[in-house]
Amino acid sequence: MDLILQLLFTGIGIGAVYALVALGFVLIFRATNVVNFAQGEFSMVAAYLMVVFAVDLGWPYWLSFLIALAGMALLGVIFNLGVYYPLRHRTYLPVIIATIGASILLANSVLAIYGPQPQVLQGWFETPGIQLGPVYLDSQYLLIIGVTILLVFFNFWFFEKTLLGKKLQATSQDKEMASLLGISVSTMIMITFIYSAVLGGLAGILVAPVLFVSIQMGSTIALKAFAATIIGGFGDVAGAIIGGLALGVIETFGAAYISVPYKDGFAFLVLVAFLIFRPQGIFGERVAEKA
Amino acid sequence: MSAPSDNMPIPAPAVHSRPLVIRHLPYFIGAAVLVGLAAGLRFDGYILNILLQATTFSIAVFGLSVVLGLCGQINLAQAAFFGFGAYAVGLGTTDLHLSFWLCLVAGCAIALIAGAFLGMSTLRLGGHYLAMVTISFQQIVTLVMINAIGLTHGPDGVSNIRRPELFQTSQGYLAFCVAVLAIVGYLVWHLPDTRLGRAMRAVRDNELAAGVNGIDVFRTKVYAFALCALLGGLAGGLFAGGFAYVSPDQFSFAESIVFLTMSLLGGVASPIGSAIGTGLLILIPEWLRFLKSVPGLYLAIYGLFVILIIRFMPDGIWGFVADAFTRWRAHTKAPPVAAALQLKPATDGGEIVLEVTGLSKHFGGLKAVDGVNIAVRRGSVHALIGPNGSGKTTTLNVLSGLYKATSGRIVLDGTDITNMASHQRTAAGLGRTFQNIRLFRSMTALENVEIGAERPGNSMIGKGEDALTERAMEALTFVGLGNRANELISSFSYGHQRLIEIARALASNPTLLLLDEPAAGLNSTEKLELHELLKRIAAQGLTILIIDHDMTLVSEAAQHITVLNFGRRIADGESMAVLRHPDVVSAYLGSE
Repeated sequence: MDLILQLLFTGIGIGAVYALVALGFVLIFRATNVVNFAQGEFSMVAAYLMVVFAVDLGWPYWLSFLIALAGMALLGVIFNLGVYYPLRHRTYLPVIIATIGASILLANSVLAIYGPQPQVLQGWFETPGIQLGPVYLDSQYLLIIGVTILLVFFNFWFFEKTLLGKKLQATSQDKEMASLLGISVSTMIMITFIYSAVLGGLAGILVAPVLFVSIQMGSTIALKAFAATIIGGFGDVAGAIIGGLALGVIETFGAAYISVPYKDGFAFLVLVAFLIFRPQGIFGERVAEKA
Repeated sequence: MSAPSDNMPIPAPAVHSRPLVIRHLPYFIGAAVLVGLAAGLRFDGYILNILLQATTFSIAVFGLSVVLGLCGQINLAQAAFFGFGAYAVGLGTTDLHLSFWLCLVAGCAIALIAGAFLGMSTLRLGGHYLAMVTISFQQIVTLVMINAIGLTHGPDGVSNIRRPELFQTSQGYLAFCVAVLAIVGYLVWHLPDTRLGRAMRAVRDNELAAGVNGIDVFRTKVYAFALCALLGGLAGGLFAGGFAYVSPDQFSFAESIVFLTMSLLGGVASPIGSAIGTGLLILIPEWLRFLKSVPGLYLAIYGLFVILIIRFMPDGIWGFVADAFTRWRAHTKAPPVAAALQLKPATDGGEIVLEVTGLSKHFGGLKAVDGVNIAVRRGSVHALIGPNGSGKTTTLNVLSGLYKATSGRIVLDGTDITNMASHQRTAAGLGRTFQNIRLFRSMTALENVEIGAERPGNSMIGKGEDALTERAMEALTFVGLGNRANELISSFSYGHQRLIEIARALASNPTLLLLDEPAAGLNSTEKLELHELLKRIAAQGLTILIIDHDMTLVSEAAQHITVLNFGRRIADGESMAVLRHPDVVSAYLGSE
């Protein structure tokens, strides 16, 4: 029982990271109707930026954190201008191939600069964690869960209560109509890319102390996050979060009770099961193309 | 649609074997010369390895040209399928001491089955799913290759893989691989002109229209995907025999990306492009070996390449060349002269062709169509009219299977089609056009109409390609566009595109033709022409159900009218009587 509680805590912690990245997926998908296959690399790049500033240069953690997030915002801008924007009038296939190309480019550029050796990043807190009854609560996992909860509320407030959020929603639902109402669609898409890059970066920085900082961390997280969006219901914000948490828990239990080397395979099995039996996910609706 | 093997371009001797053989003789002579060169020239080991790699990789990239180029579906796990073939030959010839040929066939079969399963679980959904699922699959396969040491030897890989007795020398084996490449290349090259290939292109261009023209969209995609996996497996098996050693890193996600880049660079739509792309991307890194000294740099450049190619050269190197050639040929090749189009709608003898009873379609709480009855008499032109939002187009979409009926029954010529998928309804004799035109944009007018003519169950075409072309030409000539048959869709005016859509439906010799607002967007001259065309179609005894807003067209063309308002039938009967009916007048003009 104690072990189960402990695993549940760890699972939710890791699941929260998937949820954050999944949120980035969903936001870009809703704004542009394409899946950004480089979403995971955003997390990886941010983690490496932290290594550069906080570890290599020895700058304060909070300052490195802000610089890393600013760097991610810049990457979001470059990504939009270099990868998405020139292809915005093409079908989804060229766009996703381009984002796959961008993902390969980002991952291997970092590899070329930093080499294949995984890096270590300290957690935010000095205290490693607290013992609460039978369960040991790791401070970094607590931070991840806390930030995720905060961001969920922030998202809700931002998209439902602010004018900018509503403009973003309008753009994602009907670009032509939005532009007729005087909303600059390209600005809205730019904001979406910046926001998703920062979100992905945040997830990467948070999870870096738990995992190692490595080249593969981006694609690993992205695959899980994408599986999470399908499990939750594609394009659904609440679904992405629930799906992420569920996947984290399933994976943690799978690793504890079934097999450690195949830990990364469970997400795929759950994904295929969902695709076959409930492709619309937990919250999703099936959308048919109009004739 | 029958089994995929029936659709492969195996020369059919009875119909047109002689011209085909003569036309393609240069290809086979060229291939024979290449095989001879591969066997005869003396290469040093380094060159031999590069040639062997290029040959086997090309076959794997051919697979991508089928799935991505022809069918528009993505596969980011080609290296995994390649690995299946390679490990089948590797483990089979070493641990199990089986014959090379048996292992090669087994490898192909494993790849084919894995591809079909993966495709079946994902291809009903959008392309994004397929991309992610294939990446995940690729990762799992790599995990298994590394961790299942008992089966795969883990990271050490498999060494001392054997070759077939017949091709023990490296040169002999290379010649054998080149021969396989030539045969596979020939099949892939001619795939677009076969029934399966046309179906794949139709699915790529417009899935909805493909379904309505009798193509089983899902099955076509699964075939394309499985075929791609099969070619991956074949290539991998040959690769393992050639290099005698395989290890997991040769079949990683990075290799899948290399295959993708090769395919995109050369031109995804054609095997020639695939071969060019593969050759270049094997040679260039050899010339730039110093790049390999920094880990990652070389793949980073591949990633950049992918973005740049997609942005600036979407059809690849060969696409660039071939495009100019096709445009030139389309204008020079005179289309054949056609006979008059014959329409012989099937009949079960009953007086009613289409009987719709109690048909409803609800979207949540909205009753878009609510208990509608329609009976369309054989040989008549029947109009379905109503104000905007009255449920006309929804009714048509339920009839053609794009929406599933909430309740009610649809009987076409004695067959209950209520629960059929749209391609099955087409096979049962339904033809339709769309209000917003849905043609296959990358094809010529003739090819579009050929897809219509290919409807399963079309009794008006004989066997073979020539009969198909003949039927399509007749239909195009019937609508007055026979002389422009070889032009691409984009060069036709809006009105002419609508006529091509009608020709596509007519070529299939339907039992019932559904026309969705055919006059929308046409100018007055075009409307007159359309009216004439409808008369000529009706004169051949084809039953038509038409939706339109143009009352002149409707009242002159149709003998019978059904009127809908708010999803319900408010009037039904002989045209003139219906149009004077007080409920109809008030629905259109408002009541006093």
